[in-house]
Amino acid sequence: MSNELIEFVLVSVALLAIGIYGLSVKRNAIRLLFSIEIIVNAANLNLVAFGRFIPNSAGQTFALFSIAIAAAEVAVGLGLIIVAYRMYKNIDIADFKSLKG
Amino acid sequence: MADATFLALSVLTIGSAIAALELRSLIYASIALMVTLGGVAGFFLLLDSPFVAMFQLAVYVGSIAVLILFTVMLVRRELIFTKIEDPRRRYAGVGLMLIIMLGIGAVIINSGLNTITTEEPPVDYRDIGKELLLYYWPALILMALILASSVIGALMLARREDVKGEQRTN
Repeated sequence: MSNELIEFVLVSVALLAIGIYGLSVKRNAIRLLFSIEIIVNAANLNLVAFGRFIPNSAGQTFALFSIAIAAAEVAVGLGLIIVAYRMYKNIDIADFKSLKG
Repeated sequence: MADATFLALSVLTIGSAIAALELRSLIYASIALMVTLGGVAGFFLLLDSPFVAMFQLAVYVGSIAVLILFTVMLVRRELIFTKIEDPRRRYAGVGLMLIIMLGIGAVIINSGLNTITTEEPPVDYRDIGKELLLYYWPALILMALILASSVIGALMLARREDVKGEQRTN
């Protein structure tokens, strides 16, 4: 294998930093979901990379679980965004002032 | 050392991740997010795990990105094309990103991870199926229940209660 482990880990760190930047700066609810997706992908990349270099099949198995859970999370998150958009006619999270049910 | 494929993939992935957060139009941003997820699938292929790569393509690029595109289309038009962000927090966010990138990056480069390479053969993907069904089957069933309940929950959330039955058919 020509690539080293640290290269994949560095790409994963870069993706994590970009995701945290998006979470802290953006106020658009859909962009926040984008940032969460980028962070989850960084974590999956780490799992698969370490699983390849041990080598061990547990990393790939957990990455599969993580992808499936992320799909469920996105479905619920988009449902919540649609409900909030219907209530406030906006997707700016600073406008979601009373999400108390 | 990294080869050309790896460098091209990492530039594509990180560049389109930045584009997904910074492009003005949400539709182009979600297409850039699709490119990011596809790039991560390319990394999985480089790591000799084709099953996870195909799963990533099917679930992320195939379903999640399309779901996001449909949600973007449900939103009002002027909201899609305007950027909503705090200008004061922007510099703080860029600083935080650089601190995380350089800090964790420096720690990782100076750590023992720096020298790890492997010459061992990759894991056979048949082993993943065996492990999923023989060892991790309770987690698999639990995950199926979580997926089903999340779909039902999303349907319940997105249902409109102000529309009566006869109006819904129109």
